[in-house]
Amino acid sequence: MSAGKIDPMEQFQVGPIVPLKIGAYDLSFTNSALFMFVVLGLLAWFISGGLKGRLVPTRWQLAAEGAVGFIDNMVQTSIGKGGKKFAPYIFSLFFFILFANLVGVMPLAVVPGLHTFAVTSHITVTAVLAFFSFGIVLIVGLVKHGLKFFSLFVPHGAPWWLMPVIVPVEFISFMVRPFSLGLRLFVAMTAGHILLEVFGSFAVQGLNAGLNGSPIGIAVWFASMLMIIGVSALELLVCAIQAYVFALLTSLYLHDAVHLH
Amino acid sequence: MTDVGAMYIGAGLAAIGIGLAALGVGNVFGSFLEGALRNPGAADGQQGRLFIGFAGSELLGLIAFVVAILILFVVRH
Repeated sequence: MSAGKIDPMEQFQVGPIVPLKIGAYDLSFTNSALFMFVVLGLLAWFISGGLKGRLVPTRWQLAAEGAVGFIDNMVQTSIGKGGKKFAPYIFSLFFFILFANLVGVMPLAVVPGLHTFAVTSHITVTAVLAFFSFGIVLIVGLVKHGLKFFSLFVPHGAPWWLMPVIVPVEFISFMVRPFSLGLRLFVAMTAGHILLEVFGSFAVQGLNAGLNGSPIGIAVWFASMLMIIGVSALELLVCAIQAYVFALLTSLYLHDAVHLH
Repeated sequence: MTDVGAMYIGAGLAAIGIGLAALGVGNVFGSFLEGALRNPGAADGQQGRLFIGFAGSELLGLIAFVVAILILFVVRH
């Protein structure tokens, strides 16, 4: 990186690894797709270690069973009756997002040429996940309740003369759900990566200036390294929280679809 | 004042919203702790609601961040 100029957006660039063009469509195998496969592989590896079904579980099996139990518990408390069949979807959602977030913040760039890519820092990916959730909510609600599903927009106990106000507001808040769901995850990850990139550049440039004999450069390098440690810890927390929030909100929306309030 | 200067000032002003969202998130967790310390038995059952409140107030701060990023990287080109 050239001195003085910090480009925080460079790390989000999607580039082709195996170029492939069919007609007018670009179907290249990109680094984004590669890291989705990495996440899928890690997830399959983690779960397959817990599938042995020993009577006395190993630590690995305990971890996998704990993960399944955690999602089961969340689904039970937020969807309630009839929510058990959504547990596999919530499980896949939570662990795909969690693993993708964690793979994204892995500091593997210290190995030259190895640059991890945060799959969830692109709104194309998170929006597709959010639209899956929204679509499942719509399908489940409409199949289960038919047109009664639209009574979702009419809250209980509200006076009738407030309806012209409440129904549009409820409708808008319902339609905004997929956008807020996808945007939250995408922005949280992007913001964290930009922050890390900025402090990382400060550290590199500060150390360069310090090696050229500037004491302020050393001070900047030291402060930036401290900040990187703090921000990395915060990022690990945000990774887990965002995955949890995505899964939790999806299961709450499913509760609306299954039970109508 | 040049256009670029005004753009940077606008991005900085958009960042104020992030600080306000920080107040909101702090309020969510602070109120939760206040209630949880009075009745620790009920605290675990409310964790889902805690994160819903957190997600709601955090989203508005993230939107402020999006506005700042749009001003810096999208509007210019």
